[in-house]
Amino acid sequence: MKRSNTFFVCLLLLLTGFMASLVDVASESGQGLPQAPESAELVSRLGLTDLSLFTEARYTRHPSQADIHSAFQDHPVALEHFPTGSLLQPPMGLLR
Amino acid sequence: MITLLRKQRYFIDYTLGTMMRHKGKSLGLLSVYTMIIFMLASVMLFSHAMRSEAVALLADSPEIVVQRIQAGRSVMVPADYLQRIGKLRGVTEKRGRLWGYYYDPAVKANYTVMASEQDQLTINDIVIGEGIGRTRGLSVGDYLTLRSHEGKAFSFRVSRLLESESELISSDLLLMNPQGYRQLFGIDESLYTDLVLSVRNPREIQKIAEKLTRLLPDSRPILRSEILRTYESLFSWRQGVMLILLLGSVLAFVIFAWDKASGLSAEERKEIGILKAVGWETGEVMRMKFWEGVIISLMAFLIGYLAAYLHVFYTSAGLFEPVLKGWSVLYPSFQLTPSVDGLQLATLFFFTVLPYTLATIVPVWRTSITDPDLVMR
Repeated sequence: MKRSNTFFVCLLLLLTGFMASLVDVASESGQGLPQAPESAELVSRLGLTDLSLFTEARYTRHPSQADIHSAFQDHPVALEHFPTGSLLQPPMGLLR
Repeated sequence: MITLLRKQRYFIDYTLGTMMRHKGKSLGLLSVYTMIIFMLASVMLFSHAMRSEAVALLADSPEIVVQRIQAGRSVMVPADYLQRIGKLRGVTEKRGRLWGYYYDPAVKANYTVMASEQDQLTINDIVIGEGIGRTRGLSVGDYLTLRSHEGKAFSFRVSRLLESESELISSDLLLMNPQGYRQLFGIDESLYTDLVLSVRNPREIQKIAEKLTRLLPDSRPILRSEILRTYESLFSWRQGVMLILLLGSVLAFVIFAWDKASGLSAEERKEIGILKAVGWETGEVMRMKFWEGVIISLMAFLIGYLAAYLHVFYTSAGLFEPVLKGWSVLYPSFQLTPSVDGLQLATLFFFTVLPYTLATIVPVWRTSITDPDLVMR
């Protein structure tokens, strides 16, 4: 087999994979989120406001409900106590 | 047309042959290049999917949450604030919420404790999220002992576990009877943690929030749009420690690729000289080098992107988990819904594939326009 043929076969396989990923995205977005019904019911019933992703402190657990100076509770752009602080950005007002 | 295509195929054959002669160097470059694209694409896909997920999940969050601010801190809201708000036009429902945190020293984790009237729990029953169940090894019928504000131990029976599908919002939730909540934390009947208001017409929300701050000057209304905005900016892909760490490796790669692509080695210069001497034209030499750039960068882009796609959506972004987990003991286990931002993908393509391909052509052009005899010397 010529080298270029091997290259084209590899390229074709990778392009098929690429297209398959786009088809996967399109089909999933048509079906909606798998966890949507249970979560939506819980969110509206309990009035939930935040994701339970960073549970270590109140201003990381509920960033949308935190004090105005949060995240970075002690003062704006303070050194953080928790690693999450490096993932959460300072309040929008400070970035303007 | 067919002749042109056949000619390009010969160029690719020749280029692949050259690359195979320097197998180690070519494979090394391809793997480093792929790794960089894999990391960048993973961050990009993860942050976009996370943002979409958060916005979709929180679409039904309360239209307005009213907090009370005293001396710059949020404090409990007196129940009579509900009467003081009175009948605001557009508000369909208003109620007080009771929620807070409980630090469990046994597992060093914070639970989000919430009073729920709709679950119709008895004073001794609780409903817990999957995360708590997993961390404490609890299942339905087991007992969880919590220490009250007075230091007394209260035992609660787990009556139900929240659905694992909702773990992203309920992993650390502990629901209990409102009476039980008040007894556990010593909260008076006349107090709530905050108030939530339902508004029928979304265009009226801003106006109602303005009325609220006039009626209750010490209150802070938080709108649903602000909650969603928080999550839209939370995983902004330009920010975050991962990208800062990545920046170092990206810069190292840029220097490496630039050096490899722009600075031709004596051997490569000699090769171009020979090609020119045997009759290749400048355009043909450049086309050959163009194919080299395309083969490396296109393969790296496709392999890197596909690996990132599988990593984020089919292995739950396992490599990012330790970074995201931080100090959270109750980290939820969740599967992200595949979603790709076309613009981000195009940006990644143009910022990775094009610069490398162009960087390979310029030095070749400079070498190939000089006299072959001079180049080979």
